[in-house]
Amino acid sequence: MSSVPWILGAIVVLLAGGWIMRLAGQKLTGNKPFFRDMPLAVAFGYVLGAALVLFGIWFYFQPAVTQDGVPVASVQFFRWAVQGVLIGAAAAYLFRLVGRVVGTAGSRKVFRQMPLTAAFGVLVILIYAFLAIFAPALAPHGQEQVFGQANIVPGGNPALGGNPDFPLGTDQIGRDILSRLIYGAQNTVGIAFATTVLAFVLGGTFGFLAATLRGWMDQALSRLVDVLMAIPSLIFSLLLITVASAWVSGFGLTVAMVVIIAVIDSTRVFRLARAVGMNIVVMDYIEAAKLRGEGLPYLIFREILPNATAPLLAEFGLRFCFVFLTISALSFLGLGIQPPLADWGTMVKDLSAFINYASFAPLAASVPLLAAGAIALLTVAVNFVVDWMLNRSSGLKD
Amino acid sequence: MSDFLVEMRDVRIEGRSDETWMPIINGVDLTLKKGEVLGLIGESGAGKSTLGLAAMGFCRDGVRISGGSVMFDGIDLLAASAEQKRQLLGKRIAYVAQSAAASFNPAHKLIDQHTEAPVQHGIAGKAESAADGVELYRKLRLPNPDEIGFRYPHQVSGGQLQRAMTAMAMACRPDLIIFDEPTTALDVTTQIEVLASIRQIVEEFDTAAIYITHDLAVVAQMADRIKVLLKGDEVEEADTRTMLSEPTQEYTKSLWAVRAFERPEKPPVASDATPVISVQGITAAYGTVDVLSDVSFDIHAGRTVAVVGESGSGKSTTARCITGLLPPRIGTIELDGEPLPLDYRKRSKEQLRQVQMIYQMADTALNPRKSIGEIIGRPVEFYMGLRGGAKRKRVAELMDQIELPADQYIDRLPSELSGGQKQRIGIARALAAEPKFIICDEVTSALDQLVAEGILKLLARLQDELGLSYMFITHDLATVRAIADEVVVMKDGVVVEQGPKRDMFKPPHHAYTDLLLSSVPEMDPDWLTNLLKERGVDNIGDAAVGKMS
Repeated sequence: MSSVPWILGAIVVLLAGGWIMRLAGQKLTGNKPFFRDMPLAVAFGYVLGAALVLFGIWFYFQPAVTQDGVPVASVQFFRWAVQGVLIGAAAAYLFRLVGRVVGTAGSRKVFRQMPLTAAFGVLVILIYAFLAIFAPALAPHGQEQVFGQANIVPGGNPALGGNPDFPLGTDQIGRDILSRLIYGAQNTVGIAFATTVLAFVLGGTFGFLAATLRGWMDQALSRLVDVLMAIPSLIFSLLLITVASAWVSGFGLTVAMVVIIAVIDSTRVFRLARAVGMNIVVMDYIEAAKLRGEGLPYLIFREILPNATAPLLAEFGLRFCFVFLTISALSFLGLGIQPPLADWGTMVKDLSAFINYASFAPLAASVPLLAAGAIALLTVAVNFVVDWMLNRSSGLKD
Repeated sequence: MSDFLVEMRDVRIEGRSDETWMPIINGVDLTLKKGEVLGLIGESGAGKSTLGLAAMGFCRDGVRISGGSVMFDGIDLLAASAEQKRQLLGKRIAYVAQSAAASFNPAHKLIDQHTEAPVQHGIAGKAESAADGVELYRKLRLPNPDEIGFRYPHQVSGGQLQRAMTAMAMACRPDLIIFDEPTTALDVTTQIEVLASIRQIVEEFDTAAIYITHDLAVVAQMADRIKVLLKGDEVEEADTRTMLSEPTQEYTKSLWAVRAFERPEKPPVASDATPVISVQGITAAYGTVDVLSDVSFDIHAGRTVAVVGESGSGKSTTARCITGLLPPRIGTIELDGEPLPLDYRKRSKEQLRQVQMIYQMADTALNPRKSIGEIIGRPVEFYMGLRGGAKRKRVAELMDQIELPADQYIDRLPSELSGGQKQRIGIARALAAEPKFIICDEVTSALDQLVAEGILKLLARLQDELGLSYMFITHDLATVRAIADEVVVMKDGVVVEQGPKRDMFKPPHHAYTDLLLSSVPEMDPDWLTNLLKERGVDNIGDAAVGKMS
């Protein structure tokens, strides 16, 4: 517990620093409201942030290798993380800059109002989509191809145990990791996308139906959904997939998995669609359409759906992430996408043992992180885009 | 030290839209002496609420004061720190919002919310300020002042809530209160009580007030001086009597003249004519509670029947019965002498076409994701079977009838239209079905007076051209006077009185009709004083209540 005095001491120093900074700010700016009305806690936050930034810069320039030639893993990983963020931000900035100049007047306006995070998200999603669509043409090797050399370290530097033919190395049975990552985009993302679309078709249709019809139909559907939601979803899908595996195998099992996850996830979509639909159904324009004698399909698809697109789209982005993570989790447990198809979740599982090398061989340890990073990157990107769309749709209401 | 309590000089306010700052107020001066009441009037969007809030040194989100000065009792509010402002707001400056129901926290009792400001500002202890609250409730003539404070906001009526809010604003005995349309959401009969109590308490404590409203007759009762705003500019300012008797600006004169519109009287209907709509003895219930009992009236071709009454009197329920949304428990509804099925789902397309509806809130009555062309085009396609070019031509004709140029508006979304234009689209959608009968549910109550007058004139013209029949639901008797041929007065789900318009506006009438008629504010600044005297209540508050019981 010897660290407690240190932490307390640091807090005191930072508080004092915050107080001094605020005072200096007040004196220098002639009492601008920004400094004048600043609570001490906020000043503390600024000083803490500045201290962390300084520490980060100092840490970045620490030697990555000790004098004995042993790599310092923490510094190395920190450098990779910082470089990744900087490159991502720069790419997003350039992408937005290009979008602001090229394209129609409408698309240019969208890019002008786009925050950097959203530009990053859109860029990442476009790259993933490109990789997934053209995977066979882009991947240097086949996803199932086994080479003689297993466990080649990423980086392609022979001195460190790499091989220029396999820039990201090979896995434990000698398959090219880069190729499998690219095919993984096709398999994992494609299946997640199909699952999410199916979940939305099911959940959205039944949700709007329940909101429009009310009465016993609403009761029956809602209670059914309650029952399905009462069971923890991952365990439930594990159970159902295990049951399904008794009848089907291989590709059939993948289809069964898509349907099972779609049905389980459609319960969440149902809830949202029903809630959004209920708010729209009470509007006078729905009443006017009913009094005109319009049928149910017109009411749902022409009157309600256009007004529910914003929340549903946002939910689509989030739901896609969850489905994607569920599939990766299932694959990690050996029940999802079946080998030899490349899948990121399976790759993390197969290569996870390498993480133990982290302290002395950062390059080797980064192997399982590649697939995990691919999952994390897409999740973050989709969330950035969803946040931005939510902001836009709520802004439009004003 | 100036002798003004509030002194705003050349105030400029901007609002953020689409990444740029657009001016809302372009350099307006506003001064207020101690104990004086200033009325701020103008259409919606004139910037009156924004200016009122700026007098507290406050801006809504996305709005900023970009220039000028705001001084309150020698304190520069624009330079004051957040802490200094916190000391003033609630204690020396109070605010009464338009919707008391939305401004009270529904989870706390009235008296607990009342005592919050005095306790916060250290003026009084909780018990002391609660006792003072009861005293204020008594002064404002709230029923049961000793106990009403222990109720939750949803347990008291709208008018009572608005008075409780006024009491709350008074809790710290502020020097300035800003009233932002405090009676706009209330019925005329309730409005009187609130107006009377506000005026009494402002006089008694010699509080200065800024009274924001779009209702000229109301401001005439309340204010010592009136300032007229138009699109962020001051039009003119004068003391109330001068302003009412001799306005100098064209715009002010046009505001004053609005209430003059009145349709010429029509000849009486032949006694054997079949009414377009005949409502016969309908009784309707929500759940098990009857909200309408034995309502009957006829509407003849080319005539307008106005249904008037307070909120909760059953006007809108009657409309829901006629449209078939709420099938009545007992009674029949006839269209051209033929009985209509009571449930709209059982009506034929032809029967549905004949009865159309125009809604109060054009915002919720038009699908925000559909263009004007689609909104008007749908009934044309649905009922008339027109498609493509023929449909577009018919839509253009309809837009011509509602005086909106089709080529400019046909592809716009409802959000790109003003309130009055949206209401016109609602009218066009009803016309597109080529009906015999249109129900107009409070179609002008959400609109500014000038715009509302335009809508009424349009409806009157369409009636003359197309021989339409209207059922006009309203609580505004000026609207009745302007457009109705016959009047049905409703109260608590029962028809109290009905007959031709000229009979209704002439005595003798039913006590309730009398109360309703006399409660409509007039432009005479002495009207409220005289009315209260006439009703025999020297001290306000239950003026209306006293009359009714």
